Amino acid sequence: MAETLYLIPLFPLLGFLINGLFGRWLSERQSGMVATGMILGSFFLSAQLLLSLLARQGEQVVFVQTLFSWIQVGALHIPVRYLFDPLTAVMTLVITGVGLLIHIYSIGYMRGDPGVRRYFAFLNLFTFMMLNLVMADNLVLLFLGWEGVGLCSYLLIGFWFQDADKARAGMKAFIVNRIGDAGFIIAMIILYDQFGTLSISAIAQAAPGIDVGRSFFIIVTILLFIGATGKSAQVPLYVWLPDAMAGPTPVSALIHAATMVTAGVYLVVRNSVLFSLAPPTMALIAGIGMFTAFMAATIAITQNDIKKVLAYSTISQLGYMFVALGVGAYSAGIFHLMTHAFFKALLFLGAGSVIHGLGGEQDLRKMGGLKKAMPGTHLTMLVGVLAIAGIPGLSGFFSKDEILWAAFSHYTGFISWIWLIGIITVGLTSFYMFRLLFLTFYGQPNEKGRPEPHESPSVMIIPLILLAFLSILGGYVGIPESLGGHNAFHHFLAPVVAVFTVAEAAIQDTNHLVEILLMAMSTAVALGGAYYAYQVYVGQPAHADALAQKLQLLHRLSFNKYYVDEAYQALVVRPLKSLSGLLWRWFDEKLVDRVANGAGDIFFQAGGLIRLVQNGLIQQYAAFILAGVLFIMGYIYLN
Amino acid sequence: MDWLQQHLLTGIIFMPTFGAGIILLLPAGRRELIQRVALGSSLVTFLLSYMLFVGFRQDATFQFIELLPWVSAFGMGISYHVGVDGISLMLIMLTTFLTPITILSAFDSIDNRVRGFMVALLVMETGMLGVFASLDLFLFYIFWEAMLIPMYLVIGVWGGKRRLYAAMKFVLFTLFGSLLMLVAILAIYSQGHEQFGYYTTNYLELVTLQIAPGAQAWMFLAFALSFAIKVPLFPFHTWLPDAHVEAPTPGSVILAGVLLKMGGYGFLRYCVPLFPLATARFTPLLVTLAVVGIIYGALLAMVQPDMKKLVAYSSISHLGYVVLGIFALSLQSVTGGVIQMVNHGLSTGALFLLVGFIYQRTHTRQISDYGGLASAMPNLAVVFLIVTLASIGLPGLNGFVGEFLIIVGSYRTQPVGAIIAAIGVILSAVYLLWLVHRVFFGPPGAAVAEVSRAGKPLQDLTRREWAVILPILALIVIMGVYPQPFLRRIEPAVNHLVHSYHASVTSVPFPAGRNETSLSMEEIR
Repeated sequence: MAETLYLIPLFPLLGFLINGLFGRWLSERQSGMVATGMILGSFFLSAQLLLSLLARQGEQVVFVQTLFSWIQVGALHIPVRYLFDPLTAVMTLVITGVGLLIHIYSIGYMRGDPGVRRYFAFLNLFTFMMLNLVMADNLVLLFLGWEGVGLCSYLLIGFWFQDADKARAGMKAFIVNRIGDAGFIIAMIILYDQFGTLSISAIAQAAPGIDVGRSFFIIVTILLFIGATGKSAQVPLYVWLPDAMAGPTPVSALIHAATMVTAGVYLVVRNSVLFSLAPPTMALIAGIGMFTAFMAATIAITQNDIKKVLAYSTISQLGYMFVALGVGAYSAGIFHLMTHAFFKALLFLGAGSVIHGLGGEQDLRKMGGLKKAMPGTHLTMLVGVLAIAGIPGLSGFFSKDEILWAAFSHYTGFISWIWLIGIITVGLTSFYMFRLLFLTFYGQPNEKGRPEPHESPSVMIIPLILLAFLSILGGYVGIPESLGGHNAFHHFLAPVVAVFTVAEAAIQDTNHLVEILLMAMSTAVALGGAYYAYQVYVGQPAHADALAQKLQLLHRLSFNKYYVDEAYQALVVRPLKSLSGLLWRWFDEKLVDRVANGAGDIFFQAGGLIRLVQNGLIQQYAAFILAGVLFIMGYIYLN
Repeated sequence: MDWLQQHLLTGIIFMPTFGAGIILLLPAGRRELIQRVALGSSLVTFLLSYMLFVGFRQDATFQFIELLPWVSAFGMGISYHVGVDGISLMLIMLTTFLTPITILSAFDSIDNRVRGFMVALLVMETGMLGVFASLDLFLFYIFWEAMLIPMYLVIGVWGGKRRLYAAMKFVLFTLFGSLLMLVAILAIYSQGHEQFGYYTTNYLELVTLQIAPGAQAWMFLAFALSFAIKVPLFPFHTWLPDAHVEAPTPGSVILAGVLLKMGGYGFLRYCVPLFPLATARFTPLLVTLAVVGIIYGALLAMVQPDMKKLVAYSSISHLGYVVLGIFALSLQSVTGGVIQMVNHGLSTGALFLLVGFIYQRTHTRQISDYGGLASAMPNLAVVFLIVTLASIGLPGLNGFVGEFLIIVGSYRTQPVGAIIAAIGVILSAVYLLWLVHRVFFGPPGAAVAEVSRAGKPLQDLTRREWAVILPILALIVIMGVYPQPFLRRIEPAVNHLVHSYHASVTSVPFPAGRNETSLSMEEIR
């Protein structure tokens, strides 16, 4: 099986090259077909590999393929080596599966755009890089994918580069990510110094037995986590993701919801052995994750741009995943990663369908009453909203509750504040998602003079329908034992993630009654949030403004995103620019250059003195020569 | 075949001068013919050097050696002695690769005194090749100084408004350093006489000298100053932005692409092997300057209003990585330093070429005049972006390989430097992407609008410009995806260098600074 591994990333790479180099000779349709066909190929291969992994369930199966030596100097050896294990299988299928649907959708969404070939080239390049990221067997190759997806994100956020703001959003994403990357790079050099290799599996094998202080693992994992906060938009580096919505909506769905932003989660799980050796880092991750989840949710409730709401929702859901990792429930984190990919891609594509149908309108206040005009979009989005809100029976319910349960059992013994905030955030999530749904599809059409809304073509609706099915059924691979399942997903991943004893105990816990009770509680909170949103936005539409008035301060903070961007501008960006300006004008030009030129001037002046002597008067020269001869003779004589 | 092997290196070194000689015989009016001869002779030089690359045995010895007595009167022992190891091979390849590209680009950008310009470029190539190939200190010095004259002319005759100031500054800075170096060379020369009983300037002999620590210190400093100015290392860099801004495009390409590498090469070939004890002693100083330069150059690049100045300051930052790699003195870091010199030559050379293409059309280099260029010139925008990304160190392109090796390799000996260098990668993204943003994206800027108002839309890359830039682009990708053919050739020479350095530092008792820098053999990975 392993011989075909390289084909999985190769297909999208080919697609990129074809569209990138020869795109001008392809019709718009051919361009889209090529790109989509390549993803289809990768998807089939991944599915095939998954089946053979499943067939050998129980054994420790990893497919590995080495292609060539990328960088080799002395003992440092970085091969291009791919692996395919259960974790990679899940990631690859999400990337190619959801990616395939988004490619198909894009054919409809991007129709008529003059840059469509460039678009598909970038989308294929992205898929190639993302596959590298999840198939890499060493950190440097993983980093190649990591940076590559960042590049594609930059290119696609600024896809409509004629608009300076959109291009700037792309740049912001790249630079903020780079801050995280510095952490990643430093982690790599420290790991190499300690282990003499950057192979992930070799490090995982050696780590538990190695005799270094606990602080070593804490430092390394924190550095890796800094990298993860950049890519996965966690506090304090989340600020690029809301701006990233400047890109075409299918891009937001693929890169900024389903796949790339989960790379940080993947990175932690892939190195779970290291993280499990650093409990303080785990606590930090759980804390940051919960804080991010809560904060982003409180911003999402007041945003008026449909994509911004979804962006903050993504940040918030990623926070949940990090909570899972922080409490050691790695497989629960990946489970939520997968279900989130389904329903968030669905929601973004649904939002794209609405935007498409309204001729580019993104403001929720100008929507409303679209239920009739866009029945397919409405129904599928409803499924997405129910799934993310955690309504029982849909995928989000299973994955989110597994996380909350793990958090709850992890922190038994002292105040389980993480779990508590998690439950509150469930309520907020349900509220803002139903708010989005109601403002878009229910109530009265809010503005006259807008173009007649129309339903999107079937090339866009079919992917929505498929994603809606996935959003419902995706959870059934991981039904917990308390509900009579046997958490197949968890067992599938078990061979590749580290065992973090406390969390393991929780998941294996036989106290099903408590677990079921907690589920009931979070369901109640979710329904409460939904009901409240109904009250505010459908029941008494005037109520929303009144509420905003009443909670003016909170509303303004939330609406302005806690002024974090402004703070970064004032505290980091502007001081750095002024410092550089001062260094240039005052230090470099006025001091360093002056000193150097001054030294030069001394020579010129010395030259000027000598010039006085070289005046061309032969008699004087003769006198000098005579004096010289006399001097030398005298010197010899005296010695 | 044997004859060719023996004289190949000499052929490579003097082929450009031969071309220059032919050009001098041609009438100045035959412009096209002159250009073709210049391009032809530099291409032949490249093909010959490619034979060098292919025929190079991947070991640590000097190869393609040619040794002829030269000035033997009074037993002076000066010889014409050339040869290559993996380190000089790379820089020779870089020189022979960039020169034809530069000459081709000069077809468009230089239109007065074409004959003189081509002669200057070709003579300069001989000078640069000689510097990299010399295995004789005196010969090295001759080539080193000979390089100055054509570059002085290129800046001073074909440069911009303040060309005389810039050219003079360039020459004075360089001369100042190299005079001290000459004194040190003479001192080594007499040391050689004391220890061997005869005079020689043969590098391979002199490198075995045992020089007292005190003497090593000042000789090291004399050499190092000369090289630090050339690199340029902070705070000896102020000649560089002026020289770049005033130099014509081909001059900037050669200056950034090859000339600066002579500094890094000098450190590796002369400072470290001749003065290991002094190297150990002054490593903290040089690493500090290198790391300061990484951050300092990046910060200043960020606020430059002129594109060429921005690229010039970015060079200071990038070469800081090179010097860090060299003085971290591990196998990976030095190999990274060498490959990074090549990378920098390619990507910065390309950036200057691209800025030149733009300037040719709009006659301004002020970043604020631009915007929206990507709509007008999509192909140029794509190429510019790829080169920028290589310069930022995106994995898959060449810049990453060097940067990564330097940072990984430096951590053991220079942990703080390695970490600051890693943080520096953030800044390179900031100033380069911001440049791309302001020049290429958004609505059309003043310069773009003005040209299109004049009724002739901006032309995208011409066929000749493609021919100029495509080879560099190809190499940027090849060296990023599969750098092994290059690394394999560099590694043995670097391995030898690093091992001899550590061996001599650990074997001779040396009072100051030993603990920070010395390493046992097992620790060198």
